[in-house]
Amino acid sequence: MAANRVTTLAGAVATYVKPGMTVALEGFGHLVPTAAAHEIIRQRIGDLTICRMSCDMMIDQLISAGCVRGLVSSFIGNSSGGSLHELRRALEGRSDRVVTLDEYSHGGMIARYVAGAAKLPFYPIRSYDGSDLPTVNDSIRQVTDPYSGDAVSVVPPLNPDVSIIHAQRADRRGNVQAWGILGVQQDVAFAGRSVIVTVEEIVDDDVIRADPNRTIVPSQIVDAVVECPFGSYPAPVQGYYDRDDVFFREWSDMGRAEGAVERWLDAFVRGTADHAEYLALLGPEVRAKLRVGEAFSGRVNYGLHLRPAADGAAADQEVS
Amino acid sequence: MTPPVSVTEVLTVLAARELAGRRIVFAGIGLPTLAAALAELTVAPDIEIIYESGVTGAHPIGLPTTISDSILVTGAEAVLPMPQLFGYVIQGQRIDTGFLGAAQIDRHGSLNSTMIGGSYARPEHRLPGSGGAIEVMAHAREVFVVMRRHTPQTLVDQLDFVTSPAPGTGRQATGRGVTRLITPLGVLTRDLDDELVLSSVNPGVDIGQVRAATGWPLKVADAVGDAEPPTAEELRLLREVLDPGRIYLR
Repeated sequence: MAANRVTTLAGAVATYVKPGMTVALEGFGHLVPTAAAHEIIRQRIGDLTICRMSCDMMIDQLISAGCVRGLVSSFIGNSSGGSLHELRRALEGRSDRVVTLDEYSHGGMIARYVAGAAKLPFYPIRSYDGSDLPTVNDSIRQVTDPYSGDAVSVVPPLNPDVSIIHAQRADRRGNVQAWGILGVQQDVAFAGRSVIVTVEEIVDDDVIRADPNRTIVPSQIVDAVVECPFGSYPAPVQGYYDRDDVFFREWSDMGRAEGAVERWLDAFVRGTADHAEYLALLGPEVRAKLRVGEAFSGRVNYGLHLRPAADGAAADQEVS
Repeated sequence: MTPPVSVTEVLTVLAARELAGRRIVFAGIGLPTLAAALAELTVAPDIEIIYESGVTGAHPIGLPTTISDSILVTGAEAVLPMPQLFGYVIQGQRIDTGFLGAAQIDRHGSLNSTMIGGSYARPEHRLPGSGGAIEVMAHAREVFVVMRRHTPQTLVDQLDFVTSPAPGTGRQATGRGVTRLITPLGVLTRDLDDELVLSSVNPGVDIGQVRAATGWPLKVADAVGDAEPPTAEELRLLREVLDPGRIYLR
């Protein structure tokens, strides 16, 4: 019997996320582990360094809740929906929350995860010449290309203590399948020292094995799998639900007022026992308005091998 | 009665005309997407948009609201993971034209999308930062910027922070910098010159107005053109075919 890594979100976060750790929460506007971030807030885990390429309201929430010591990021706006005011207040010195920012470009963050996943000492990147970013971030350095003799910028590997991603589905062992915008889900998972995956659905082994190319993260590197429907909300999940554009827009308006994020957390996150209760509080109309219709992929033939059919088993399957 | 032409419509039409003959365009949602769609119907039939989210050859049934909108994925020709998009497509120099946004631009076409006022450690106004802008600036063959405000606070003598660099004034850079700047007053181009030069003024604008609104002593082309106002056909395509709900046109 192979490992069953299915657990609860509360159990996964309590087991793998500890104060002071570096935690990656990735998903490029899609497959975002929002429910996991909320659970970190509920468990009041502090002093974290959060890695997230493209920030969204989850970062405002974690900062407001006092969970964040540092942020490693390449875009700190609210997706395309305006400002993250809690984060801005922290960086502009208008808040009692102190957050350090370790800032890169998207290319730099991707390079860091790729180097982390492949256990490389650094990763070369050709875009930083002339930017002021290396002058304010000492981790962006230059080395001499041993072949041409030219200088080339490099970034260090990023190996989060915990990498948390969301996806459409996984089996009980933790083989993760995803489709749509994939971002850095595979790379951040391989870079993580431990890996938590939240999914819309846990499915049977044969669903995964019918389409192995769709598996982006194999079970060997996964520590915990959590079934968490609507776990990416308000970000979308391809084939499951749409993005709540109104929520994104309203977040930036709401965050303008000091204390508003705190009050929102009291009502919706700290005031609910878990993600299911949070969804119930939002009401069924939210899920109803984000419903999507069906657009199935075509099927491919992986081929059933006929050679070992001496006992007739494979041939029988072929005609069944 | 035809409604008056809006600033967004003028900027979109000018951007679309500048895309004549272009093929692979890196664009964000909104005006750049709309400009590319208009160009496809007018001056650039082979144009294709690549989004930062990795979607290429998108055929959405409605207008997307973000680059991560799932409506872009359904029916698209390809969706690339980000290491491939940034490694092979952008750094691999497959982009003809990249659209970028910024809070400030300087005469060489360097961009600031990081911070305004104060210091980096304690900025007065913290902006979203690079995203993929540094990479697009370094590796796209040309870079277009559309700015909705043309003032000495947006076209500045000195950037508060150089996020995405252009070469010039002792600054080395991998890319060429911004090659077209489209504003409500006119179009600035940087082709062979080492700085942006006013190449045309928008309908009803004179050169003096543009100089006064620019934060550096503006160079002016020998023959500054008068941009043709949006034609009836361009406006019809925008208003009736591409964005009838006025999602992007506002």
